[in-house]
Order: sequence, then C-alpha cells, then structure tokens
Amino acid sequence: MKALVTDPNEIQECYALLATIHDPEIPVLSILDLGIVRNIELLHSLQTEGHIRVTITATYTGCPAMDTIAALIRMELLKKGYKTIEIISAIAPAWTTDWMSQEGKEKLKAYGIAPPDKRFAIPVDGIECPQCGSSNTRLLSEFGSTACKSLLQCNNCAEPFDYFKCH
Amino acid sequence: MTNASLIDFTLYLADSTLVLGQRNGDWCGHGPVLEQDIAITNVTLDLIGQSRSFYQYAAKLIGNGCTEDQLAYWRNEREFKNALLCERPNGDWAQTILRQTFFSFYQRELFTQLLHGADTTLSAIAEKSLKEVRYHCRWSSEWVCRLGDGTQESHERMLAAVENLWPYVGELFEPAPYEKALQIDTDAIKINWMDAISALFAEATLPPASLTTTFMQTGGKNGQHTEALGYLLAELQYVQRSYPGCEW
Repeated sequence: MKALVTDPNEIQECYALLATIHDPEIPVLSILDLGIVRNIELLHSLQTEGHIRVTITATYTGCPAMDTIAALIRMELLKKGYKTIEIISAIAPAWTTDWMSQEGKEKLKAYGIAPPDKRFAIPVDGIECPQCGSSNTRLLSEFGSTACKSLLQCNNCAEPFDYFKCH
Repeated sequence: MTNASLIDFTLYLADSTLVLGQRNGDWCGHGPVLEQDIAITNVTLDLIGQSRSFYQYAAKLIGNGCTEDQLAYWRNEREFKNALLCERPNGDWAQTILRQTFFSFYQRELFTQLLHGADTTLSAIAEKSLKEVRYHCRWSSEWVCRLGDGTQESHERMLAAVENLWPYVGELFEPAPYEKALQIDTDAIKINWMDAISALFAEATLPPASLTTTFMQTGGKNGQHTEALGYLLAELQYVQRSYPGCEW
C-alpha cells in the first residue's frame, strides 16, 4: 500500500467540497450530514499527480441515490483538479443514523422531516410533529417515500410528515 | 471450505433475494392501498440491494472480469439456486405477505448465523441486511395477524395461502452440499424459525402447522425449479438478452 500524503489542509478542503454535495432524495442534507462519507485519503496531492480515494457507504443496501452520489463526488473532485479518483463503496461497518450530524438533524426538522430519535427506535404513534411540535401523532405506515423514512400524521395540526427511521 | 462452495452459497443468497424482489416488484402500482404499495416496493428495494451485494461478492470470487450483471442476466434457469419459495407466484395479498414473512423470518435466522461465520464479507453483508430484514419481519408478520385474525374472508385467504406455500418451506432447512461445506446449521435455523412461525400462527388464529406432515418440494437450491421461474427470468432478463450490454 502506498504511503498517504498527510496534508490536513488539502484534505480539509476536500471535506468542504463534499459538504456542498446534497442527497438527491433529501436535498436539505449534505452527504457529510448523512454520515455516508467515511474516509478521504490523499495518495498524491493536487500539486503532483492528484490521486484521491473516497470511501462511502450506503444507508440502505438498495439506496438508489448511491450511484448518483458517487458520480457527483467524482464530478466535484474532477473540477477541483484531481486526475485519479477512486470511490470505494464500503459495506462494513454498517451505516447507522448515529452517524448523522446534529446539524443534519436540525436541518431535517426545519425541512419538515422528524429526525431519527433514540426514543423511537421502532416507528410508533407519538413521534413529535416537525411542524407544530405536538406529540399527538399517529403512525400511518412504517414505510415512507424512501427506504429510510416512515409516514406519520399529526392529530393536532393534521399535517402528514415523514420520520427518518433509526437504523 | 472450498471456494466453489462459497461461490455457490453466495449465489444462492443472491438469487433468492433477486427472485423474491422481482416477484414483489410486480405489486408496484397495484398495492391494496397507497401506503402498502409503498411498503412492499420498499421491501423490494432492500431485497434487490441485498442481492446486488451478494452478486458483487460472487463476481469477485469468480474473478476473470465477471460482473454482477452477468450473474443476474446471463445465467439460465437451471443455474439459478434460489429457494423455490421465492419464485412462487404472487397470488393475492395474503399469499404475497405470507411468502415474505416465511422468507424474512428465515433470513433473520440465517443472517444472524452468518454474523459469526468465518467469511468476513458475508458477515458484513448480513449485518447490514439484518437491519432491513427486521423491518420486513415486523411489517409482514403484522399483516399475517391482520388477515388471519380479521374477517372471515381474510382468514380464509390466509388459510389458502398457508396451504399453497407450506410445501415450499421445508427446502429452506434441507442443506445443499455447499451449505454443508460451509457448516451452515440448518437445524438450528429450522427450530428458531418454526418457533417464531408457530407463535405467529397462534396470534393470527391460524391452525398450527407442522414440517413433518407435509410432503416438501425441494430442488431450487440445486437448480431444479418449478415452472414459474422460467417465466420470471424471461421477463427479468429480456432487455439484456435482446440488447447485450445495454445501459441507461
């Protein structure tokens, strides 16, 4: 295995770049907020051969957004000037909502999606409505508009809403 | 452990999840209500995702430039190793749901065993998939109760589903040569599976079922299928067979 270049500034810039890429299905979240970027390794810095390796992991095995996300990462790094870009899709350790950033959870809530909450490991009635904050809610379906969400409705304000499941 | 056994077992897992996913996918746009249409297609998405992980691993083990697409689209019926249960037709909602319950409960036991197995890639895929399988078990078994302990009509339909599908569950616990080589403990899976199903049937007011009083169909694990699989593969593989290597 080749020795890695340890240039914290350059790696930091790459993270900042990836923070501008958003999940195509939940556009309010960046791929860093979601915790699917697991590692960035610099094999040759931008000044030399520009070789970089990014490890990502899927939220759910069948997540249809993964191919798009990998393509978006490649595009951004190409624009930045990297010549060799490896994108590795790792299976283990398995992705968990524990990796979602606090900022990401707040963005979700502001967007109208109830963020994952340890108290509700299994989707149930009573998950707080992201619109009005009421706990007087009911579960409509454990499966929602994407694999990672459940569907609820608020009895207080009557708005239906998604809950990002603990996973 | 031989590499050939590991490849065969990985293909068994890949084919079973692909074929069941393809079956469930037929419900897209036809679910009894919108929420359940979305639920069954979400389950399908997970199954196809799992099958891709297994096919990718099998392709890597086979080497020589083999790809997941070649394995899914260019193998014939006799080469598919999926469990017979997975290829059985959808029937009505009761039959689809019961098939899913039987398979998800089986996956839960098998994947739990793989977590502690010798092969680290299979352990990793199992760990990731189990998170999904637990949702599938919960959702599908709730439906078995709802229909079994529902109206007379729904109860009768669930009874008919049990009668149709039961002869295909025994195969899950009959070890294929590759399972024996990998020391998969199908007896342990059978005991846990049967306990869970017995408890579910009791809750769903369905009569107790026995694995020993029904003649069990076997063969899928070794490529001998019911006639249903050929039609399914013809549809699944049509585009790649007609336009080899096409992409969009």
